[in-house]
Amino acid sequence: MNPLLSVTGLRKSYGLVEVLKGIDFEVAAGEKIALIGPSGSGKSTCLRCLNFLEKPSAGEIHLDGERIGVSLGRQMSDRQLAPQRAEMGMVFQLFNLWPHLSVTENVAIAARKVRGLSAREAQELALEMLAKVHMTHRADASPLELSGGQQQRVAIARALAQKPKLMLFDEPTSALDPELVHEVLKVMEELAAEGRTMLIVTHEIAFARDIADRVMFLDGGTIVEQGPARDLILSPREARTQAFLKQIRH
Amino acid sequence: MSGLSTFIMVLEGFLGGVGVTVLVTLASLVLGVALGFGLALLRQFGRLRAIHFLIDAYCEIMRNIPALTHLFILYFGLASIGFRLSAIAAAILGLGLIGGAVTCDLFRSGFAALPNGQREAALAVGFTPFQTIFEILTPQALRIALPSLGNYAVQLLKDTSIVSAIAAPEIMFYARSMVTSSFQTTLIYVTVAGLYLLLGLPLMQAIRFLESRYGRLKA
Repeated sequence: MNPLLSVTGLRKSYGLVEVLKGIDFEVAAGEKIALIGPSGSGKSTCLRCLNFLEKPSAGEIHLDGERIGVSLGRQMSDRQLAPQRAEMGMVFQLFNLWPHLSVTENVAIAARKVRGLSAREAQELALEMLAKVHMTHRADASPLELSGGQQQRVAIARALAQKPKLMLFDEPTSALDPELVHEVLKVMEELAAEGRTMLIVTHEIAFARDIADRVMFLDGGTIVEQGPARDLILSPREARTQAFLKQIRH
Repeated sequence: MSGLSTFIMVLEGFLGGVGVTVLVTLASLVLGVALGFGLALLRQFGRLRAIHFLIDAYCEIMRNIPALTHLFILYFGLASIGFRLSAIAAAILGLGLIGGAVTCDLFRSGFAALPNGQREAALAVGFTPFQTIFEILTPQALRIALPSLGNYAVQLLKDTSIVSAIAAPEIMFYARSMVTSSFQTTLIYVTVAGLYLLLGLPLMQAIRFLESRYGRLKA
């Protein structure tokens, strides 16, 4: 079977600094993948290249057989990229909810404006997605009134409302107070159980071990090691992976 | 003549002036805000360097020349090359063109205050750049700019007094001509002060209302 997502030779440079030095991997539909690695290893950049929030310097990304970000050999504009980006739901470290819109509106607006649903359909969809993240009770609130964990759950609902083929999580719990991390991880666990395809950049090693099918360890802009979650986390082969995991545990 | 009847006569004399002051304020406010918003969009989101340069130059030129000088150029300068504007039209145009430069900066700082994550989240859900600007960024930038836009509006109301210098028949223009004919200097200028206050207070109230309604915005 063809992979849902395939990444080949992905490179990204900022000026003279090469942050990604040739990344290759594939993701099958329904697969859960955790990207771990020290800060500055390129894991966030790698995720952000997938929907072209960062423009890759080289390499190819295919989602469901479709080349992302390049058409007829030319780099697409943000306008041309819009429908491709809509196929991928993205959850940010800092939530990035829109504070001028209500919680429901944050989830509903793209359904109307991007997917062309009617106001009622979009509203229903939004409430359905908010139910998934257990936020129905704050549907009319402003994002500003919510805790970090609640904001992140709404942000997850917003991404789910896109009906994406793939969910991208960019350190979704890194900005949260420790006692709020759990509620977000629990929602993500439930999504994983639904069989969604998820790519998760995270520092939550235990979470990665428990819900990911596969873990990729990035360091210095390359994939140093990858493998089934338990194997990689419990018995890493590479010295760099061992050192990183040891550091994180203490 | 009793004091009261003099006062009533003075007030009547001001009626037309108040109308012109309100007209010049509102018309130049609309012109200035529309122009400033358009320039801010081009400056903030446009890609053409040449346009950026032109907008920057426009803002610097407009803001570093006294309003009175602008008005004289528009009213007397243009007339001398055969392009005659009415005093009111010149006043509205002059204050509006200056207002465009002033509010362009206010809108731009509104846009600049938004974290980049707001834009990224909009692009990530599949919004086009156009939708991102108008659905997500502009509503927030407007709210941020609202208090300074309010200050600008009140300042503008007061600044309309200078257009009396090109004989636009607003409050100060009537005041001066009445002073010349009646010598009731104190009464007339105190009345002028009261009239500006009467116009300014509701304007301030309206702005406060807008701020309390839409102004809350902190992420």
